[in-house]
Amino acid sequence: MTDTATNPFTGGVVGQRRVRKEDPALLTGEAKFIDDLHLPGALWVACVRSPHAHARISAIDTSAALTTDGVVTVYTGDDLTGDWAAPLPCAWPVTEDMKNPAHLPVAVGKANYAGDIVAVVVAESRYAAADGLEGVVVDYEPLDAVVTMEAARSDNVVIHDDLGTNVSYVWELTPDPDGLAAAFDEAAHHITETYLQQRLIPAAMEPRGVAAVPAPHNGDITLYSSTQIPHILKVMAAITLGLPEQKVRVVAPSVGGGFGSKLDVYAEEIICMALANRHGVPVRWTESRTEAAGSTIQGRGQIQTMELAADAEGRLKAVRATLVADMGAYLQLVTPGVPLLGAFLYHGLYDVPLYSFTCTGVFTNLTPTDAYRGAGRPEATYAIERAMDALAEAVGVGPDEIRSRNYIPADKFPYDSPAGLVFDSGNYQPTLDRAKELVDWDSLRTEQAQRRASGSKLHLGLGISSYVEMCGLAPSRTLAALNYSAGGWESATVRILPTCKVQVVTGATPHGQGHETCWSMIVADRLGVDPDDVEVLHSDTAITPLGMDTYGSRSLSVGGTALWMATEKVVGKATGIAAHMLEANPEDLEFSGGVFSVKGSPGSEVPLAGVAFGAFTAHDLPDGVEPNLEAQVTWDPTNFTFPFGTHIAVVEVDEDTGSVRLVDYGAVDDCGNQINPMIVEGQIHGGIVQGVAQALWEDAVYDDEGQLRSANLADYLVPSAAECIDMKLESTVTPSPTNPMGVKGIGEAGTIASTPAVINAVVDALRPLGVTDVAMPASPMNVRQAITAAEGGAS
Amino acid sequence: MIPAAVGYVRADSAGAAVAALAEHGGDAKVLAGGQSLIPLMKLRLATPGMLVDVGGVEELRGINVDGDTVSIGAMTNHSALEHSSELAAACPLLAHVASLVGDPAVRHRGTIGGSLAHADPASDLPAAVLALGCTLVADGPGGSREIAVTDFFTGFLESALQPDELLTEVRVPVATGPWAYEKFNRRAQDWAIVGVAVAEGGAGVSLVNMGATPIRAAGVEEAIASGASTEDAAAAAAEGCDPPTDNNADPEFRAHLARVLTKRALEAAAG
Repeated sequence: MTDTATNPFTGGVVGQRRVRKEDPALLTGEAKFIDDLHLPGALWVACVRSPHAHARISAIDTSAALTTDGVVTVYTGDDLTGDWAAPLPCAWPVTEDMKNPAHLPVAVGKANYAGDIVAVVVAESRYAAADGLEGVVVDYEPLDAVVTMEAARSDNVVIHDDLGTNVSYVWELTPDPDGLAAAFDEAAHHITETYLQQRLIPAAMEPRGVAAVPAPHNGDITLYSSTQIPHILKVMAAITLGLPEQKVRVVAPSVGGGFGSKLDVYAEEIICMALANRHGVPVRWTESRTEAAGSTIQGRGQIQTMELAADAEGRLKAVRATLVADMGAYLQLVTPGVPLLGAFLYHGLYDVPLYSFTCTGVFTNLTPTDAYRGAGRPEATYAIERAMDALAEAVGVGPDEIRSRNYIPADKFPYDSPAGLVFDSGNYQPTLDRAKELVDWDSLRTEQAQRRASGSKLHLGLGISSYVEMCGLAPSRTLAALNYSAGGWESATVRILPTCKVQVVTGATPHGQGHETCWSMIVADRLGVDPDDVEVLHSDTAITPLGMDTYGSRSLSVGGTALWMATEKVVGKATGIAAHMLEANPEDLEFSGGVFSVKGSPGSEVPLAGVAFGAFTAHDLPDGVEPNLEAQVTWDPTNFTFPFGTHIAVVEVDEDTGSVRLVDYGAVDDCGNQINPMIVEGQIHGGIVQGVAQALWEDAVYDDEGQLRSANLADYLVPSAAECIDMKLESTVTPSPTNPMGVKGIGEAGTIASTPAVINAVVDALRPLGVTDVAMPASPMNVRQAITAAEGGAS
Repeated sequence: MIPAAVGYVRADSAGAAVAALAEHGGDAKVLAGGQSLIPLMKLRLATPGMLVDVGGVEELRGINVDGDTVSIGAMTNHSALEHSSELAAACPLLAHVASLVGDPAVRHRGTIGGSLAHADPASDLPAAVLALGCTLVADGPGGSREIAVTDFFTGFLESALQPDELLTEVRVPVATGPWAYEKFNRRAQDWAIVGVAVAEGGAGVSLVNMGATPIRAAGVEEAIASGASTEDAAAAAAEGCDPPTDNNADPEFRAHLARVLTKRALEAAAG
C-alpha cells in the first residue's frame, strides 16, 4: 500500500485502474500507423540488400530494373555519396579512442552484413519497387565472414580495413584494483561462471516504416517515421543530410511498439529524406517482417564472465564482470553504450565493497546491435543472478538464503554503490519473502523432493531472481561523464484553455506505453478536472519542439516530473489570479478539487474554470501578470531511479524430451508510487513474457556464413498467448526521494527479472542430474544436450 | 513479403477448376485455403502465373460417413473436421489432429485437400491420413482416379498429383480402435518438430517431420503386430528415417524424440 507521507497525490485520480484512453483507436483500427498514411503521388523505395555477410561489391548492373514496369530509377551507393553530409550517427563514443567505421546509408564498395543496403529501387508502387529488386544484379566477391565474438577478437579477418582491428573499444571501471585483487586472494569462495547472451530480434508488432514528405516550396521537409525518438531523429537527420534543422519536422504517428529497436537513426529514414528532396515528391518505405529480422537492430549478444569473491558464509566481498559485446557490423545510435548501461549493476542489489567491470566491444559481420528492452541491465541481472545461485551451491545454502545474506540493508539507503552510483531507496527482503509466499515456495520444495524420490522424469524447478535497475535516463552531467552526446532532460507544457479544458505537451514519445492516460491522470489529480478533459500532445516536433523521447524507463520519472512541475507552475499562476479575483492574499488560498478558496472564509471561492476564463479574457488581471494559463518546464533529473523486486519462476522439465513448461510465476515489484496500477501490471506482464522468451524461445540464429536462420516468425519464436500463464503479481511501494512524485519506472523491470528466474529454475530442476548450466534459449534440444553432457561428465 | 504479379481465376465447380488448370498448363497453381501457398508467394519462393481458386467450390466441402468409409471433400477446412461430431465418432484421430493444426485462423482457412496436396512432411494431416490408410480422389482432364495414400507423398512438397489434376476427396476408413497423436513443438501454433500418429492400436503408425515425406513407421507397426512391448516397438521408430536439421532439432535429437513420442503415443492409445 502507498505510504501517504510520501505520496503527493491528493486528487483521487492517481492510483485508479483507469482503462487507457489510447485503446479505442488502437483496437478499432482507427489509429494511423505509417503504412496507413495516404500520400498521393508518393514514390516507394525498396532496398537491395547484400545476401552475403561480408563481400566486396565488384559491379552493380541496374539495367533490367530500369526497364521494369513502374520503376522510376535505381541508386547505388556511389550515386548517393554526395547526398550525405555525414555518416549515420553514433551518439555514444564511449572512449576517447573508440573505433567507429563510417556507416553510409547505402554501402559503397563493400557490404558488411547480410542486409547491408547496396542499392535502392525507386518506383511508383510498393509492388513495382519489389519487382525492381529482381532486376538489380550485383556482382559480389564474397569474403570470410566474422560471425562469432571470438573470431572477431582474433582479428584473423578484419572487417573494416581502415580500423586495423575488430575491437571497437575497451571500457573499464575498477575503482580499487589492489583491493579487488586482495579480496579474490582471500576469498573462501571464488565463483567463476561464463554465460552467453544470445542475440535477440526485437520483433515489434509494427515493423519500421518511413515517409518523407517535402513541402512544395521553401525547403521544408517532414519525416514520418515509426520511431521512438522524433526529437533526436530531427537533430540527427539534419546533421546527416546537411539540412537546416529548422526546416526539418519529424512526426511519429501511432507506433506499434519499439522495445528500443526504434531508438535509432536508420539508413532508410535518411535515404527517404534524401530521395524526397531529389524527386520533390513524398518517398516512402515500409519494412517487411523478414527485413525487420535482419535490418532492424538486434539486442543482447554478449559473452559474460562473472567472478564472485565471498567469505565462508557466502557474503560477497567482490564482484568482477568481464564482457565481450557484439556490436555487429556498425555502430548504430547508442550501440557501444548499451553494455555500459549495465556496467554499474553487475553486483545486483547486493552490498559489495569491491567491484570491477570491463567490456570489450567487437565488430562482427552481423546485424548491428543496439538497445533492446532493458539494454544492458537484463544482461547484468542475468549474470549476477545466475552467479548467486552458483555461490549458494558452493556455500551449501538455498538461493533465497544467499540473497538474504547479501541484500543491501534497508537502513543503508541512499546507498553508495561500489560502481559509483547512489541507489535512491530500497527495501529488498520483503519482495523475496512475499514472492516466496505467492508461489508457495515451501510446498513446492516438498513436492520437488517427492518427485525426485519417486524417480519421476518430470522435474520441478524453482528459480529466484532479485533485481535492481537504474531508470530515468538520465542526469545530463552523468551522461557527460559517460561521453554521451546529448542530455537526459525532458520537457512538458501544461496549458489550461479558456473553457477549462487542458492541453498537455510532452517531449516523451509514446509507442504503446499509455502516456496519454497517465499524463492525463497526473494533471487531473492536481487540477481537479476530468482526465478525459486533458488532451496530451506528443510525437510531432512542430507541436512539441523540446523533447528527449522515450527509452530507458524514463518517461514518467523524467517527463512526468517535468509535467508535475509545469502543473505546479500553472497552479501558482492561477493562484495569483484567483487571489486577485477574491481580493485575498495568495498565501491565504488553498486549491482543492478544482476550486480556489480562502482559508477560513467559507463561500469565498472561485473555480479553476473561472480563473481560466479570466486569464483568457485578461480583462482584470493583476498588474504584471501575462494573460493565459500556460507553463513549460524542462526537468533535468538529479539522479537515476532504482526500481527493484524479486521474481520466482516455477518450471517443469521433461527429462525425456527436454521440454520446459512454465507452471507458476510470482513477482513482487517496487517502482515507487504508481500512477495507474493497471498500466504498471501491463508493463510487468509483457516484460516478463519478453524475458521468458529469451530464456525459453527466442534466438537470432546465424550460420557459419553469417546468414540469419531465424528471419521469420515461424523460425523466430516470439511466444503467443498460448505459451503464457497466469502470473501472480504484487508490489511494494518505496517512493524515490529524487523526484516530487516519488516514482521510479517499470517499463523494463519484467524483462530484466524474468530471464534469470526461468534459467535458475531450469537448472534447479536438473541439478540432481548434474546439470549446472543450460544454454539460452533453454530449448528442448539445448536442455537435452545439457542433460546428456552432465551424464557424460558423471560417467 | 510482396508477391510477384499473378493471374487469378475463381472456379465455381471442380470441373471448372480442372478446365482452368488445363487451359493454363504448368503455370497454374490451385489455391485452396492459401495457408501455405500465399506465404510462399509473398516470399517469392513460389511465383505461379495463374491461381485457380477452388476455395468457394461448395461441392468439394463436407463430411459424409457411409458404412466403413468417411468421405471428406477436399475443401473441408480444419475447423470443420475439428468440430464434426460425425468425424469424432467415426475417425476420432483425424478430428483430433485437425484441432492441432496451426491456430484458429489457420484452421478456418486451411483445408484438408490443400494440406495434403502441399505434402509438407512437417504438417499434421498428411501423417494422420497416412496412419489411417486413406484413398485420395483426383480429377483431371481424363476423368477421376483414386490414389492410395501410400503412393501419394512422393517427395518434399511433392505428391502424385499431376499439375492438371485437382484433389477432390479424401476417403478415410472408419477407425474407432485405439488411437493417439503426439505432437511435439515449442509454441502452440507451430509445426511439429516431430509428431507421431497411432491408428487402430498401432496397426498404423506414422511420423511427422522425420524425412522428406510423412513416413509410415513400419518397424514399429511390425513390432506391435508381433506382440512386442511398447518400449521395444518404440525403439524402432526412427529406423530408416532421414530427419531434417533446423533450429529446433538436429537429426539425432529428432530420432530421439521419435522414439520417446512413439512410446508415449502407443501408451496413450492403449489408455
